[in-house]
Amino acid sequence: MKYTKPRAILCLAGLVIAVQVLTRVTGTQYYLTQLTMAAYYALVVIGLTVLMGYAGQISIGHAGFFAIGGYLSAALTTHNLVLFADRPLVLLLDRIGILVRGQDIYGEHLITVAPWAACLLALVAAATIAFLLGIPVLKLKGHYLAMATLGFGTIIYRIALATDYFGEADGISEVPGFTLLPGIGPVPPLVVNGDFGNRVQNYYIAWGVLIIGMVLLLNLIDSRIGRALRSIHGSEEAAEAVGVDTARCKLQVFVLSAVYAALAGVLLTHYNGGLGPSEASVMKSVRYVALVAVGGMANLWGALVMGVGLTFLSLRGVFGSFDDAVFGAILILVMLFAPDGILGLQFHTLAARLKRFGAGGSHDA
Amino acid sequence: MTADLFFQYLFAGITYGIMYAIVAIGFNIIYNTTGIINFAQGEFVMLGGMIAISLLHVMPLWLAIAGAVVLTMLVGALIEILFIRWLDNPSVLRMIIITIGLSILIREAALHVWGESIRSLPYFYGNEITTITLGPVRLSPQVLWVIGVCGVVVLLLSVFFKGTPLGREMRACAANRRAAILCGINARNMVTFSFMLSAGIGALAGCVMSPITYTQYDSGTPLAIKGFTVAILGGLGNSMGAVAAGILLGIIEAYSISFVPLAFQDAISITILLIILFVRPHGLFGSGETARLKEF
Amino acid sequence: MKKQLSNIFLAVAALCLLAVPAVQAGTIKVGAIFAVTGPASFLGGPEARTARMVVDEINRKGGINGDMIELIVKDSGASPEKAISFAKQLIEEEKVLAIIGPSTSGESMKIKKIAEQGRTPLISCGAAEVIVNPVARYVFKTPQKDSFAVRKIYGEMQKMGISKIAVVAGNTGFGKAGKGQLIKIAPEYGIEIVAAETYDKKATDLSALVAKLMANKNIQAVVNWSIVPAQAIIAKNMRQAGWNVPLFQSHGFGNIKYVQAAGAAAEGIIFPAGRLLVAESLPDSDPQKALLLKYKKDYESRYHEAASTFGGHAYDAMTILAAAIGKGGNDRDKVRDAIEGLKDFPGTGGVFSFSPEDHNGLDISSFVMLEVKDGKFVLYHGK
Repeated sequence: MKYTKPRAILCLAGLVIAVQVLTRVTGTQYYLTQLTMAAYYALVVIGLTVLMGYAGQISIGHAGFFAIGGYLSAALTTHNLVLFADRPLVLLLDRIGILVRGQDIYGEHLITVAPWAACLLALVAAATIAFLLGIPVLKLKGHYLAMATLGFGTIIYRIALATDYFGEADGISEVPGFTLLPGIGPVPPLVVNGDFGNRVQNYYIAWGVLIIGMVLLLNLIDSRIGRALRSIHGSEEAAEAVGVDTARCKLQVFVLSAVYAALAGVLLTHYNGGLGPSEASVMKSVRYVALVAVGGMANLWGALVMGVGLTFLSLRGVFGSFDDAVFGAILILVMLFAPDGILGLQFHTLAARLKRFGAGGSHDA
Repeated sequence: MTADLFFQYLFAGITYGIMYAIVAIGFNIIYNTTGIINFAQGEFVMLGGMIAISLLHVMPLWLAIAGAVVLTMLVGALIEILFIRWLDNPSVLRMIIITIGLSILIREAALHVWGESIRSLPYFYGNEITTITLGPVRLSPQVLWVIGVCGVVVLLLSVFFKGTPLGREMRACAANRRAAILCGINARNMVTFSFMLSAGIGALAGCVMSPITYTQYDSGTPLAIKGFTVAILGGLGNSMGAVAAGILLGIIEAYSISFVPLAFQDAISITILLIILFVRPHGLFGSGETARLKEF
Repeated sequence: MKKQLSNIFLAVAALCLLAVPAVQAGTIKVGAIFAVTGPASFLGGPEARTARMVVDEINRKGGINGDMIELIVKDSGASPEKAISFAKQLIEEEKVLAIIGPSTSGESMKIKKIAEQGRTPLISCGAAEVIVNPVARYVFKTPQKDSFAVRKIYGEMQKMGISKIAVVAGNTGFGKAGKGQLIKIAPEYGIEIVAAETYDKKATDLSALVAKLMANKNIQAVVNWSIVPAQAIIAKNMRQAGWNVPLFQSHGFGNIKYVQAAGAAAEGIIFPAGRLLVAESLPDSDPQKALLLKYKKDYESRYHEAASTFGGHAYDAMTILAAAIGKGGNDRDKVRDAIEGLKDFPGTGGVFSFSPEDHNGLDISSFVMLEVKDGKFVLYHGK
């Protein structure tokens, strides 16, 4: 793995460029829209892979972290603070320089938090919540851990759905773009938004972020922490016995995966120009788990391919009204026949499993 | 708060709580014999209601309910045989994911079979506005039906598990699967049977609740989450604990609306669950000893 | 491993390129985004079925000026992110002439800007007023404005001498928008809202809420604003508790299934709705009558379920678009202008007259007050 890693990353980068060039040549650039969105969802999936596959801790609440990122960033950059312009807190924020002034399309004055500050705040909030939640939650195992993370996701969903600040059922619309780099001279600015003309740029931003995220995680699992994580997955007691601080290790990975999810939430929200409570729903969390599982649990490349591929198809509406059903079926089939993921599947083992399945009822333990 | 209001909240809470408890009991039966939490339990409740409503077109109410219970039990058995029976020592993670997948599949299948509209069974006694007055409280007779059915189920279950050979064999599997197999108990059949039993109880719950709550293709999941919450609060595997925890949670939910907006009700009940998980992971009424002995 | 990966990527890319849609001559593509599954399926389901029915009929009659309509229905599951993806896909890739839907207000608000940028007419079936206020050039909507329904209800309350009310709403976009309008308009009619609560869209029993409201002796009437099954549950719980204040519902109650679900408890519920539900009892001179009866008959014979006002919104969107195509042909801007120029166009929701300032095109007369009597909808004539 160690030798092929840089080459694999280069191949991926090459492929990303090749796809863009190919769409340009064939005049099918509209594919980039869903590829961009899929890349952000894949960012959540690879973060969750390290938590579930390598550290062995299930989370049915990662949509909650995605929503914390997306909602905080969207609310801060969208809600107008003009009415509160003379409050001490707003004045202080203004003094630090994290507020922006502008006008909306109807000519009204706007004072909002600058996207970079909102993004930072959202990431810090997600990390803090993950840290505080992780301390008690990661002590739980099995069903209790599943229930606790499911409960966390549900609470976030309920808050988003019940709070006026987060737009209740409608969610938040008209979220402004996120300028990553201002334009210098002839170089146009780097903006995350969904404008039709900005698509190629956003495709590269999304995939750039995803590739950087991937490199970081690949390095992480090859490091001391990665080996510690795998030992936890094997046997937590054994890991403790050889001196691994398992609690700390699990917590670090939990926070890291939460930050990945929140970052994806922030960027996708600015790209889409809004989000709704569906992003925080339990079904979304289950979907991320499904993508990790189908990628092969402890397989970052598998998670990346499946995360991008299946989300891409889903966002293009290929599954029609069977979208949820397809993900349900994937969950079951993968867990039954290919617990190591589809890419790790060898056909003779599949045949053996199918044979066992066929003989399932007849022989006993 | 006036005394009248106090009692009204109390009875509303008991109504909610009993409904949660009856779902939680289904969780516990499967958990006890297999150590699996069946996340598709809520779908059994939905299936029971839906099948009974469909059967009602061709047969009287009590027969439709019986038919729904039997058919749902068959579905339960089928699920176990197809998806669980032949797995060797599956990990908890794997089982959680498989049952979540099943829950999604059953729900989506129900959408394509029955459509998205709401349905309900008629009230067993009287109609939508019939009430029984108990002091300051007015109750729909259907609530008494739910309470009665829940009571009978709990009673029969305890007789079944303690007094019948089959029940004892199932308990033996729960206590120590390997030892039970060595004693000649067919552990696999016991698991199938526990799925049938819990599917049947879920279906029965779905039928008695349907006039109050209505039945829709996606009404299973929210019930399952509540039922699961209650099962954990009461201590996994403890049916009496589930009833107590269910009523407690229902009452908390009912009273909570006088302090916080209704919109946050679910957030509150789940926060309570999280706190309980952190300080007493084996539940309010479960014993810490047995929880530690179980494999997770 | 690596090779395997790149192979997969290439295969996916190749597949995508093969799937480039071929445009048939004489075909006009119309996109539709409806929440056929998911939490808003009781809206999206009838809407998608209605749209298909209308398009089939147009094509059976030889299309519009000889052009066949191809309807591309996308199921968003009420998720805004999917609606966004589908809107972009429909506009750029399928190059549709116009989009009808989405079903919910939240989704409509998310794709409002996309329709503007893509210069593609969007006829939303979402209820909230913000979709067309402020007006966006390419965005229209067919459901009646919430504020008209609120005014109808408040007007009736004034006649009945009611001044203190409780407001309850479901936690959907429909409930949220209605609750906002109820609170905003109340002072104009001298009405005071004593209590306001929101319940979950999957609520199974609301007796605790009813107990809480009932304890407040000032409340003279309850207004419930939602489209979910819980609006039948609240009616039952109120009557079971022996609370007999008038119950007003929103136009979201316009589905006979909710009346059946609430059974005897639905008797006496008063609510504003379009004329679809009482088509039979309209005078023959009513401009909507013939069309309403036809829609009802067609829908009910094809799908074997009662027609609802939700499906009616899609019917209106599709027929308005068809009329505009008749004038503007296969040209997005001309069709947009044609929609804006439509006057006195009868639909299921009312008689539409669009203008550059009004992209909803309905006025308060599009609503009538209805009452539930003997399990049926009848015109309400006051008490």
